[in-house]
Amino acid sequence: MLRMIGQRLMTTIPSVIGVIIVTFLLTRVLPGDTAAYFAGPAASPQAIIEIRSKLGLDQPLPVQFVSYVAALVKGDLGTSLTTGQAVTKDLAARLPASAELTLAGLILAMAVALPLGVLAAVKQGSWIDHLCRIVATAGVSLPVFFTGLLLVYVFYFILGWSPAPLGRLDVFASEPPRITGLFLVDTLLARDFETFRGALAQLILPAVTLAIFSLAPITRMTRASMLAVLGADFVRTARASGLTDGKVIGTYAFRNAMLPVVTTLGMVFSFLLGANVLVEKVFAWPGVGSYAVEALIASDYAPIQGFVLTMAILYVALNLMIDVLYGVIDPRVRLEG
Amino acid sequence: MITRRTAIAAGLAAPFVARSQAQAQAVSRAETLLLVQEYGPNSLDMQGIGSSQPVNGVALNCYDRLLRFKPVPIPGGGGNTVSMGELEGELAESWQVASDGMSCTFKLRDATFHSGRKVTAADVKWSLDRACTIGGFATTQMNAGSLEKPEQFVVVDEKTLRVDFIRKDKMTLPNLAVTIPFVFDSELAIKNGGGDPHAKEWLKNNIAGSGAYRVESWKPGVETIYVRNDDWKCGKLPQLRRIIARDIASPATRRALMERGDADVSYGLPPKDFKDLLDAGKVNVVGVPIPNGVWGCYLNTQVGPFKDVRLRQAVAWVMPYEKILQASLFGRGVSMAGGKDPKVAWPQPFPYTSDVAKAKALVDAAGGPFTTTLYFDAGNATVAEPMAVLIKEALAAIGITVEINKVPGANFRTEIAKKTNPMVLNRFAGWLDYPDYYLFWTMHGNNSIFNIAAYQNPALDKLVDAARFAPDKASYDANVIDFIKLVNNEVPMVPINQPTHDVALQKAIGGYQFQPCREPDFRYLTKG
Repeated sequence: MLRMIGQRLMTTIPSVIGVIIVTFLLTRVLPGDTAAYFAGPAASPQAIIEIRSKLGLDQPLPVQFVSYVAALVKGDLGTSLTTGQAVTKDLAARLPASAELTLAGLILAMAVALPLGVLAAVKQGSWIDHLCRIVATAGVSLPVFFTGLLLVYVFYFILGWSPAPLGRLDVFASEPPRITGLFLVDTLLARDFETFRGALAQLILPAVTLAIFSLAPITRMTRASMLAVLGADFVRTARASGLTDGKVIGTYAFRNAMLPVVTTLGMVFSFLLGANVLVEKVFAWPGVGSYAVEALIASDYAPIQGFVLTMAILYVALNLMIDVLYGVIDPRVRLEG
Repeated sequence: MITRRTAIAAGLAAPFVARSQAQAQAVSRAETLLLVQEYGPNSLDMQGIGSSQPVNGVALNCYDRLLRFKPVPIPGGGGNTVSMGELEGELAESWQVASDGMSCTFKLRDATFHSGRKVTAADVKWSLDRACTIGGFATTQMNAGSLEKPEQFVVVDEKTLRVDFIRKDKMTLPNLAVTIPFVFDSELAIKNGGGDPHAKEWLKNNIAGSGAYRVESWKPGVETIYVRNDDWKCGKLPQLRRIIARDIASPATRRALMERGDADVSYGLPPKDFKDLLDAGKVNVVGVPIPNGVWGCYLNTQVGPFKDVRLRQAVAWVMPYEKILQASLFGRGVSMAGGKDPKVAWPQPFPYTSDVAKAKALVDAAGGPFTTTLYFDAGNATVAEPMAVLIKEALAAIGITVEINKVPGANFRTEIAKKTNPMVLNRFAGWLDYPDYYLFWTMHGNNSIFNIAAYQNPALDKLVDAARFAPDKASYDANVIDFIKLVNNEVPMVPINQPTHDVALQKAIGGYQFQPCREPDFRYLTKG
């Protein structure tokens, strides 16, 4: 197992190097002049030149790249101009927020999508199959900012059930001592239930928004994969041997159908982590997605590079985890590995 | 007996064993203000290079200046605005301009910094020197008021500072009241500066001032929390003890928060939302026509078709002033059409109205139909996009085909710096409300980046310079009237409207104070 992980890590090194080079070049060919943007109103050409040289943007590209890599090796991702802070600090502060939201959204989505997908496959062509199709189509065709705003409108504005969409915590609540950065976990560790309830209440609407969006791939994948497995010989054999439906579907079929579903889950998770910008905007969620987009609008290189690099590393780590999980679900994979 | 199972159960249950003490709320909600804004400061030092617009708010509330603008009532009610000519002392207890008019002596109040140290003339000098030498926007702004060299700031004694003028400039004193020349605790800054004479890194993340508020916590991109400085000496102690400024990017969310009554104040909503809020009547909307601010269509006078003054006038004649005001600003502004006599004011309506026949005749005389491009900053799209579409539609009627080019924010400055774009929509607002100041930036031969029309006219430069350093009011007024007449005829920029600076406030919030930097001034706000 360890050997496999080691081997897998080795193969990721070239892709990380590739990501570093590509993001560096991409940010440099972006239109826009960072120095002119940050010189602010009424800046003289002199002021713009001063800023450009302060940022090192007047150096030739190879020189800029070498200094970027040299800093990167020391763990320094540079300074964001939009927040004025070190990018590592910003990302460390914002990644848990995104992770918490995405995890919550994904767990919610799984709680609905997996049973729905399994039932749709078992009772193919029944009303539940149609329901599954409708939910999936609706979920994927509603843009997230629309679902988000709609939920805010109904549950906050009209009904008043949900707290004000002010971010991760109500303004009068204080943050729990930081351990994992996930407020739900940290408040429980600190045994601060009032804040836990507050953080949970803030999380529900954005998490539901994300869940609605990610229902579609998970339900469809579960259904398709279940259908394939249910038609397989071993299921027929199990049925012929007189095993109960629960045993056949729950134990034999579902476990075998899990492999593609887990892959999809991994994809959906890493996609949502960086791509839920609009949800973050609507709910004022201080996550990495909105951070990267704001940096992009301002041609602020360091955060974009830091963001892409972090996402690449996370993606690699996640894929590795999924591969390990494969082995747990299906011992045959482990043997081949 | 402890089995594995009970151990796990205990571990899982542990978090649910209630924590005994409840969090004490130090400051009640009644004394706390919740402000929701699009984005917050990227630094705590407005003099530093690359500071964003909201940093002005930090400078305003956490630091003091020698002078401040005196509050005067907004004509339409709802709070106070400022009047350029009227100043009052902030750190200065009194000030006296020398009889030759070439210097001004300031006596300081007995004020203390947040650190407890007394504010001295040396601190003021250090801070003004810093603004003049740090480079970037701060230095440019100081220069705009003829504050150019550290030698101009002379410490007379511990409580007295003299500012020597290098020329008579009516903007010198008002320029000491804007958000740049604020006063740092110089000893604290130098001590923590780590060898940097400007202590840039440290001041970016720390407040070393004497202002009415301190920054209790600052999470860039999330929130800024201010608490009142109970020892503030430079004015009436503010009523609000705590201000929470949350960054909420989505305007729809900010509006919902205002309408539900969860947020107290919101800045920067789209004009349509302000209009709707005003019509609904649940919250107050206070609008101040932005002093010295105007949306204009800049027509390039050096390259392209608009070199011909007849075509510039044609655009001014065909501009759909009223339609734009209603459709893009939802009435939150003042139209710039149909001015009668030139006044000593800026902006002011030009003598043009929407008159297609006149415009068509001018285009025909200048050689007939052509195609051109109109640029605007995508960051202003909410207002500028409908404006551009209406202009395109109107110009089509006189044979000018317009292609619209929406330029992303970071690229817009590069684009206007080229000075080759035939038509550009832009909003410019100077902090110092003087006509000559505005034209100095947007039409003067010094060709600053905001002279988007690349207008060059020695006759105009002479009038603007003469007005800038006019010895008396009569000659000032005469020069202003003359250059207004000149640009009325030359139209390097067609003024479209003067936008309103709107703020939505709950009914319980009073004491709104407009500042030229257009950031909230918490010092005057009241609640309840």
